[in-house]
Amino acid sequence: MAKATRKKQPASAKPGAVFPQRDRTWHPKAYDPGYRSSILRSPKKKLVMIPQTASELAGPVFGHDLIGNKDSDLITNFARSGKSAIGERIIVHGRVLDEQGRGVPDCLVEIWQANAGRRYRHVNESYIAPLDPDFGGCGRTLTASDGSYRFTTIRPGPYPWPNGPNDWRPAHIHFSLFGQAFTQRLITQMYFEGDPLIPRCPIVRTIKDPKAIQQLVAKLDMEGTRPMDSLAYRFDIVLRGARSTLFENRLEGN
Amino acid sequence: MAKQLKESPSQTAGPYVHIGLTPNYTGIRGVYPGDLGKETGAEGSAAITLTGTVYDGAGEPVRDCLIEFTQADAQGRTKLAKVGRKTGKFTGFARVPVNLKTGEFRLKTVKPGAVAAADGGLQAPHITAWIVARGVNVGLHTRIYFADEAKANATDPVLSLVPKARRNTLIAEKTANNRYRIDIRLQGEDETVFFDA
Repeated sequence: MAKATRKKQPASAKPGAVFPQRDRTWHPKAYDPGYRSSILRSPKKKLVMIPQTASELAGPVFGHDLIGNKDSDLITNFARSGKSAIGERIIVHGRVLDEQGRGVPDCLVEIWQANAGRRYRHVNESYIAPLDPDFGGCGRTLTASDGSYRFTTIRPGPYPWPNGPNDWRPAHIHFSLFGQAFTQRLITQMYFEGDPLIPRCPIVRTIKDPKAIQQLVAKLDMEGTRPMDSLAYRFDIVLRGARSTLFENRLEGN
Repeated sequence: MAKQLKESPSQTAGPYVHIGLTPNYTGIRGVYPGDLGKETGAEGSAAITLTGTVYDGAGEPVRDCLIEFTQADAQGRTKLAKVGRKTGKFTGFARVPVNLKTGEFRLKTVKPGAVAAADGGLQAPHITAWIVARGVNVGLHTRIYFADEAKANATDPVLSLVPKARRNTLIAEKTANNRYRIDIRLQGEDETVFFDA
């Protein structure tokens, strides 16, 4: 069996040959005392560098066939029949790219967010704002062959959270990306262009390079709007880029 | 030559990661028929149960975390059918929210076979894990090996990169037939080894 495995995965036999190293200075550090929760949840010892083996390069097997067409519409995917979620209707769309700028096809994009009243639908949530009976707060989709994706949702509001004496999160949508290998796995957050809370937020500020923060700010996209219906925001996401040798069985990108 | 882009920076998954990744678990029903990665497809006598708790630097369970596991099947194969869940075949992928009250996780799976190593040899049986939670700014990547594979562990090329004194943080104890346990410590004495691959 082991022989067959090696035969099928020649790329994985080349140490470090597939994904360039992650730039840890671009990402937040594990320990950032401005974000209080990180203090006790940050490893203190150095990460151990390991080669990329078949284990790290394994593709996701979550069941691509389970993703439904309506999963990406948060305005209706939880709503009662004939109802829709309360709030400012928006389209959030963009492309998932690798570091070479090629679209990542079949990438699982999952999002979650607070409702228009700024409350999450979660057992641990206790914020004063009411739940919207027609809003669940989760959506998912698979990217198309060019890496593009699209959600319809409502714009979440900023909300207070227990960190410093008076900290507010900017309006944001959480994004989870599952591309073509486990090493590409990424969770991040999308912010909205022009939100004055962005530079004040201790979680945003775990990212030190302003250019890196800008990568997480979705831009108003008038061309993508649906007139008399929804504004659009454009948000491209970049995953670690495979060198072209990885996916020997299919053409990647363009 | 195409312009080199930077990977989007990570942000914490926050305290409500379950809404996005396992909505049914947190009571959001009717949106998706089921949570992805709930079952690996492990059945019958080959199934094992792996349990454990993730602890913070104060020794408190991290009750709001979620762990994703990926692994080879019992024969060491990592390229598993994409439609595994529908066909009832083993998928090798699991998404496990810890118990919101106790912080314990429970994974039902099969013990993986040996997987090819980067140098063409074999790795000891192991499960890859990725941990996200409030306070974790970049998802933490680790591995889980098995105490009853001492011989294979001794020559595993990845374990050999880990200082000897810390290797035990990656090895699950066998607590009963087909039952294993490993605790994951994000910080402190016996901090779990985390990887950069």
